[in-house]
Amino acid sequence: MSEKEVKSLEEIFEARIARDEKIEPKEWMPEKYRKTHIRQISQHAHSEVVGMLPEGNWITRAPSLRRKVALLAKIQDEGGHGLYLYSAAETLGISRDELIEQLHSGEAKYSSIFNYPAVTWADMGTVGWLVDGAAIMNQVALMGTSYGPYARAMVRICKEESFHQRQGYEILLTLCNGTPEQKEMAQDSINRWWWPSLMMFGPRDADSPNTEQSVKWKLKRKTNDELRQAFVDQTVPQANILGLTIPDSKLKWNEERKHYDFGDIDWNEFWQVVKGHGPCNKQRIDARVKAHKDGKWVRDAAMAFAEKQENKEVKLAI
Amino acid sequence: MNNNLIQYIYGIADNSLILGQRLGELCGHGPSIETDIALTNISLDLLGQTRSYFQYVAKLQGNGANEDTVAFLRLEREYKNVLLVEQPNTDFGYSITRQFLFDVFHLALLEELQKSKDEMLAAIAKKSIKEVLYHTRFSSDWIKRLGDGTEESHNRIQTAINDLWIFTDELFHQTDADKAMIAEGIGVDVTLLKINYYKKVSSILEEATLQTPSIEYFQKGGKQGVHSEHMGFILTELQYMQRTYPNMTW
Ligand SMILES: [Fe+2]
Ligand SMILES: [Fe+2]
Repeated sequence: MSEKEVKSLEEIFEARIARDEKIEPKEWMPEKYRKTHIRQISQHAHSEVVGMLPEGNWITRAPSLRRKVALLAKIQDEGGHGLYLYSAAETLGISRDELIEQLHSGEAKYSSIFNYPAVTWADMGTVGWLVDGAAIMNQVALMGTSYGPYARAMVRICKEESFHQRQGYEILLTLCNGTPEQKEMAQDSINRWWWPSLMMFGPRDADSPNTEQSVKWKLKRKTNDELRQAFVDQTVPQANILGLTIPDSKLKWNEERKHYDFGDIDWNEFWQVVKGHGPCNKQRIDARVKAHKDGKWVRDAAMAFAEKQENKEVKLAI
Repeated sequence: MNNNLIQYIYGIADNSLILGQRLGELCGHGPSIETDIALTNISLDLLGQTRSYFQYVAKLQGNGANEDTVAFLRLEREYKNVLLVEQPNTDFGYSITRQFLFDVFHLALLEELQKSKDEMLAAIAKKSIKEVLYHTRFSSDWIKRLGDGTEESHNRIQTAINDLWIFTDELFHQTDADKAMIAEGIGVDVTLLKINYYKKVSSILEEATLQTPSIEYFQKGGKQGVHSEHMGFILTELQYMQRTYPNMTW
């Protein structure tokens, strides 16, 4: 294809996106579009799967049978999201094995929030409320993204995430209506998770590259700072209902802006965790690598068995 | 209060509770996301069944008991699960073998229990059968895959079967409470399930190109509340919150 031909294909492509048409797997797309989407969708898939770990940590210790079952179901949903997103990424011409390899080697990223430890039962509430809540904020916008399989995955996933968020909030509500010890457990949890949750929206707009291209492809429909603000505005009243204090002395309603003003994120901490030096970065990847390595003989056996079955069928057909 | 009935239910429900707990340990650590989800699903089913049984026990006990006091606040000796279900997740082979050896029994038990004169137990059994049918299919399929997969998987699964086989005989033991409940037409006579159990298990092992162990000595104790050394650790995690923060609502 000549440069001129590619150029005109690109123009047609961009025009389709501008008209809100969806791009489907078999259709022509610029190489950069493909690469960007593989990166973003797989990062999202990895986040779902790594995100199973901090919560999985509490299954055996959940305080009631009802909570144990609900937590299992939630984590199972997250695994399903992971599968669904890996499949969406695979439509762009990369295998799940390659994607997993990228995660294990550190080449691919996942949401930094999962590098924080889940140390109390209240964290199961806070993670649902704040972390799933922040994820929804990001993902609702993506329901209208240009790549068809990703947009459709988002529709389905968002429904389940909002259920998770309510479930998390309900855990905290129960704690806040409980004994002083329980309420303290909830407050301590918010103290630890509030700032990392705000970090989930990424760097400040001023420090965030690539935004223009992403906006054009509808991968980004609102900027990091806009989403962060919307999250704060939505969350503060919910914290008030719980009777919990958000650990930010600068947090204050701004009547003029009709938004909450809030304090500065510790960007040193943000970059430390993003660069792989958070409290649990190593444990999380080690756990994934171990599961994958320990499971190799099982996957190999399944493959060998399937091949044998296929050969048997072929023989029967002959 | 019918203590024999309560003890009888413990003998069934504690298997689901402890096995569900063991499977819960694996969540997020499976050999693939698909198997991870499937094992979590089995854990969910078993714990769901546990809740139904324990809600019934709580009603029989009265006095403010609920499913959680029943599940979390007993002493180790008061749990009546078989030794098989408390065995650790040594590797996927052990987990799936434990599952398989239990599922085949569980399905046969529920098929009889749905005929119980106790309407509540019959209803729980009826509802659980569909789930356990799926569990049995899942674990049997994996036994076949691993048995007839690669040389490594064949050896590993055979080792797991040899090691866990000693816990199968206990599935068919009877406690005094069991006998009392059988006499009332409520309980299932598990001794009658034994021949078919070994037949079914052996035929699947054969299909999987695996050997049925010929072992003469078996282990027992769980049904009497005398557990393996693993049990204390399982309960430590299971009961952690309820013991650390007594009398609270979660
Ligand atoms: Fe998710
Ligand atoms: Fe979620």
